[in-house]
Amino acid sequence: MRRGIRNYLVFLRRCALIAFVGDARYYLWMGVLTVICLLGLNAYAKQLVHGLITTGMSDEVSWGVYIANFTFLVGVAAAAVMMVIPVYIYDNEELHDLVIFGELLAVAAIIMCLAFVTVDLGRPDRFWHLIPGLGQLNFPASMLSWDVIVLNGYLLLNVHICGYLLYCRYRNRKPSRWFYIPFVFVAIGWAVSIHTVTAFLYVGLGGRPFWNSSIVGPRFLASAFTAGPALIILALQIIRRVTAYRITDKALLTLRSIVQVSMLINVFLLANEVFKEFYSGNLHVASSKYLYLGLHGYHALVPWIWTAIVFNLIAMVLLVLPLSRSLKWLNLTCVLCIVGIWIEKGMGLVIPGFIPTPLGAMAEYRPSLNETLICLGIWAFGLLCYTIFLRMAVPILQGRLTQANEGLPGGRPGPVPLETQLRPQAASSALPPP
Amino acid sequence: MPPLDSFSTQSEPAPAAGMTRRSFLRTSAVLTTGLAALATSLRPLLELDDYTSVERFMQKYYKEMTPDDMARVLKRIENEVQKQYGIRPHVRDLRPMDGVQFVYALNLTRCIGCRKCVHACVAENNQSRNPEIQYIRVLRMPHGSLDIEKAVHDYAPESVPEKGHFYMPVQCQQCKNPPCVKVCPVHATWQETDGITVIDYDWCIGCRYCEAACPYWARHFNFTQPSIPKDRLNPEMAYLGNRPRRQGVMEKCHFCIQRTRAGRYPACVEVCPAGARKFGNVLDPTSEVAYILRTKRVFIQLKEELGTSPRFFYYFDV
Repeated sequence: MRRGIRNYLVFLRRCALIAFVGDARYYLWMGVLTVICLLGLNAYAKQLVHGLITTGMSDEVSWGVYIANFTFLVGVAAAAVMMVIPVYIYDNEELHDLVIFGELLAVAAIIMCLAFVTVDLGRPDRFWHLIPGLGQLNFPASMLSWDVIVLNGYLLLNVHICGYLLYCRYRNRKPSRWFYIPFVFVAIGWAVSIHTVTAFLYVGLGGRPFWNSSIVGPRFLASAFTAGPALIILALQIIRRVTAYRITDKALLTLRSIVQVSMLINVFLLANEVFKEFYSGNLHVASSKYLYLGLHGYHALVPWIWTAIVFNLIAMVLLVLPLSRSLKWLNLTCVLCIVGIWIEKGMGLVIPGFIPTPLGAMAEYRPSLNETLICLGIWAFGLLCYTIFLRMAVPILQGRLTQANEGLPGGRPGPVPLETQLRPQAASSALPPP
Repeated sequence: MPPLDSFSTQSEPAPAAGMTRRSFLRTSAVLTTGLAALATSLRPLLELDDYTSVERFMQKYYKEMTPDDMARVLKRIENEVQKQYGIRPHVRDLRPMDGVQFVYALNLTRCIGCRKCVHACVAENNQSRNPEIQYIRVLRMPHGSLDIEKAVHDYAPESVPEKGHFYMPVQCQQCKNPPCVKVCPVHATWQETDGITVIDYDWCIGCRYCEAACPYWARHFNFTQPSIPKDRLNPEMAYLGNRPRRQGVMEKCHFCIQRTRAGRYPACVEVCPAGARKFGNVLDPTSEVAYILRTKRVFIQLKEELGTSPRFFYYFDV
């Protein structure tokens, strides 16, 4: 027992230390991210002092880019399942080890999500009112209380799965199936639930016709399964470039087919929605008119949404053509998907729901500089987390950071226990990656 | 670009032989710079004045407070208001009366759109003057239409009423099925037995989900610390009513709880020069509102199709 705890603590310590080691490019990247984080933190400190008046939000448009980014990132987190399903249900070998990278991305995305909701709160000091038992969580009536539960649950599930698998690899042990397979399957269902619940947050509001539509949930999932795997394709290629970790082209192409199908469904559902809104021509079309065409001289979102639609359509065509089998084109496609969906599901979904107001007043929303800095800060923090996770995970998966070489290249100062001193010979011979 | 093996194989920090002088100096330089940068970025927090206190942070939920807790909280609020505004207020925790269900009726034939109700409400309920928060919004509607998307909010003619228009003041409709109560993640807003939906300003976390859920745009958020001129403060206050709010919480019309639960009319009813506003206990058959609901032929419950079932009825002289 004591040895177990000690081993685990050594593991954590070595993981933490390795995050501070890298080449010049690594330090530059982490340094830039840290600076952006601090700028964001500074902006948040200002917001805490002066209140949300430092943002572009108002009583008319009472949610802005914070909630927009939150919505987008819940989708990214949920998309990790699109790697898990092929591996655990269809036994896809190519993706097997890459699942961990997807799940780590989910962890980073959820951390960003939680940060985005926190900065949106008017009274973050009262967060404890949300803790069941301590506060007054309005479960099950409030969809927000569901969101609190599913997001934190999803975070724990993924931290457990990644943490357990990585620790087993570190100790060179075979993971016990009972200790992670059930969680993997729970996580698959849970991933769908986090995005559905987030959609229901909007869908459940009868007073907002733009959101009060049953297609929002399915659209959320379709767009999440487009943007999420697209982001993972890009992340995997970066991992492949800056480390010696082997990632096959076939794995990337498997993800490409997921993005392909999801994008087709996404565009189809979008067409459904646009048709229903405009063809029937009832009074509730005002928000959609504002979004796509502009209304009463207000049209801040029009260029954005058309950019998103054009990006999505180009991406769709590229995905269908064999052209996107070449990685250069695939990368371009992925960028188009991510940007298109970020606009469409972030700003394009959240803002028009408020315009016009329930009393028919027109207003516009433009994020303030301070608000934008906070968003950039959170994104930088998320990337920082993901980089650190990868910095830990890659050497473990390559077998270069293991318990066996614990004493060797100077993990812990001071005397090294006998048992661990005996093994490094064998382990270091296994050093070069496959 | 070749994979960066140098970066990925160099997996462990400084050798175990102990820190060299150079690496020690480097580490401490990095640490100092980091901490200094962190401190600088947090500097604005120094301006954080009276954001919260141990007592306020630990304050219990309204429905869980004992009478002793409540007495202490009321005293504390009185002290805080006195400190800030220089006036000793009288803050009460007024509970709903038995056998009372408040209902509001508004005569659209009579309303002339003068907005006196808006200003009386601001004065009575200690609403922020800068930025402005108002519970009542008077809509100017084109003759013959109830389509709210045709409403004009910022009409400013020489005199009212204007030809070809009618006016529809909208405030919290005190719904029987309030969407705002359903969505609040922390039970900070609820409906009382007399039908008034209230907010515990000390429990609200400021997520603004209720503001998104309200179909009547009745909920308003304190985007910054509200400001009220000291000489304009109304010292007659209720905990769930018009006591001054703080930055980051929601507020809304509560049928002037500090007046109506003490047997008076809401400020908007009292001030209306046209007699368009009627208020009372619908369970009392002799009340004005009971008479109106019994005898008038048509009422409008705003956005009736949403199923919110407002306790606020619009009617005409027919």
